[in-house]
Amino acid sequence: MAVNLAQEKNYTADEMMIIAASRMLKSDDVCFVGIGAPSAACNIARLTHAPDITLIYESGTIGTAPDVLPLSIGDGELCDTALTTVSVPEMFRYWLQGGRITIGFLGAAQIDKFGNINTTVIGSYDSPKTRLPGGGGAPEIASQAGQIYITMKQSLRSMVNEIEFFTSFGHGKGYDDRQKLGLKTTGPAALITDLAIWKPDPLSKEFTVTHLHPGVVPEDVQANCGWQVKFSETFSTTPEPSLDELKVLRDLYKRTEEAHKTS
Amino acid sequence: MANFTSLEKAVDAVMSDGVCVAFEGFTHLIPHASAHAVIRKEYRNLTLVRMTPDIIYDQMIGMGCASKLIFSYAGNPGVGLLRRLRDAIENQWPVALEIEEHSHAAMANAYEAGASSMPCAIFKGYAGAELKQVNQNIKTIHCPFTGEELVAVPSIQPDVSFIHAQKADKKGNVLIEGIIGIQKEAVLSATKSVVTVEEVVDELKTHPNAVILPHWTVDYIAEVPGAAHPSYAQGYYDRDNAAYIEWDQISADRTRFQNWMVENVMQQTTDIFAKRVGFLAKDKLSKKSEH
Repeated sequence: MAVNLAQEKNYTADEMMIIAASRMLKSDDVCFVGIGAPSAACNIARLTHAPDITLIYESGTIGTAPDVLPLSIGDGELCDTALTTVSVPEMFRYWLQGGRITIGFLGAAQIDKFGNINTTVIGSYDSPKTRLPGGGGAPEIASQAGQIYITMKQSLRSMVNEIEFFTSFGHGKGYDDRQKLGLKTTGPAALITDLAIWKPDPLSKEFTVTHLHPGVVPEDVQANCGWQVKFSETFSTTPEPSLDELKVLRDLYKRTEEAHKTS
Repeated sequence: MANFTSLEKAVDAVMSDGVCVAFEGFTHLIPHASAHAVIRKEYRNLTLVRMTPDIIYDQMIGMGCASKLIFSYAGNPGVGLLRRLRDAIENQWPVALEIEEHSHAAMANAYEAGASSMPCAIFKGYAGAELKQVNQNIKTIHCPFTGEELVAVPSIQPDVSFIHAQKADKKGNVLIEGIIGIQKEAVLSATKSVVTVEEVVDELKTHPNAVILPHWTVDYIAEVPGAAHPSYAQGYYDRDNAAYIEWDQISADRTRFQNWMVENVMQQTTDIFAKRVGFLAKDKLSKKSEH
């Protein structure tokens, strides 16, 4: 299993996931950041290979550079270090709907093979088994950001054949479903899990494994995924985390842990 | 015209059973003291409006104040789910809760429309999203000029809005700084408004583009230092992240929740908030208390 080899090499599957996700980002990206793993990945990118990346949180902070990871999308640290902070209506109207965001980086409670996301409900909407927080900014991020990256841990519960509620639209039922809705944005372009990197098939738009993280075998990916996994014919191995990437990530987590303890 | 008064008198003046009330603050400047003052008066059948119904609405819902919730993200930010809200939706405890659910973009547009005296907000949104199927207040319209398909939602115009801000001057002009969220729109869209502030000062000493609510747009102002705790007030005190994490356990059990509410809300007064932020305070507040 992935974790064993990762431990031998002295890094965890989670660390591999965050670092692999961070590598997707470029210095000239304008990235709308989701909380949790996406926030960690975006800040690792900023602290390593993409120092000029513009990070935007939905609380209105534009060009933020937090020293520790925020617990919420609106921690004071985000505002203190931002280029500017705008109101929430301005954020959603001028910046997101206005088409100024190149990447929306999201997490997901439940996802299907076309990158459709459920963060609303498990069970039926009217009498739910588990009521989840809901969409927040995600429904419009998913349709209005230039493209969408998603990062999440794999499990049979989270990667399912059919999601129970379409909170945020990915590629629908695949192929040209986005164009049929009149959407001009790309939609889900990468899924980074603790086991693999997935990209949509150019035609069907189904997520296909392009990279396995070091030590992971295809059976691991299938065992933790609710749909029949497709592998790219040319899939390869994700490069291991560098010492520098690991150091930056661990320092960030350490600073974050201490900050959240005292405040 | 802004009346300076105690928070309790302001609540008495604007609140009654069955009103539609918004408490806004986007992670920052959340009006916790106001929510607690309202909970202590045991109002019922409220329609609660809030983009991010976090701890304060978990508390109000768990105490049976609300019969309807209009919202766009119901989570404990960075921690997890809202357990009292879940109990109301999943098990109708302590009472059934009707929900009207939107996205952030829709709520932000709806407040802005409310502040602009528009009957509805028009925007691009909900593409492929299933909320359109379960919320009858999300409608499709077409641009009269281009024919493009757009979304409309009703504007938000609460009977009452509560916000918290850093400062008011002696005339009652209010200054909001930092993550300004939706508070200006929440006040301007409401029939009546109550603003708690960290301090009342002689002069706001601000810059030309500061976010200001002029005194004639605000109904009641109460000086309540620490009123946002465990949220924060930029320049005064930090977010009490540990309290948000602890809420996850307090709210997990009905009895523990009720005991906590009796001890920390029902048997307290508004003054307690100043004490709660003592250990989180930045220079500003500690300097003030030295006087």
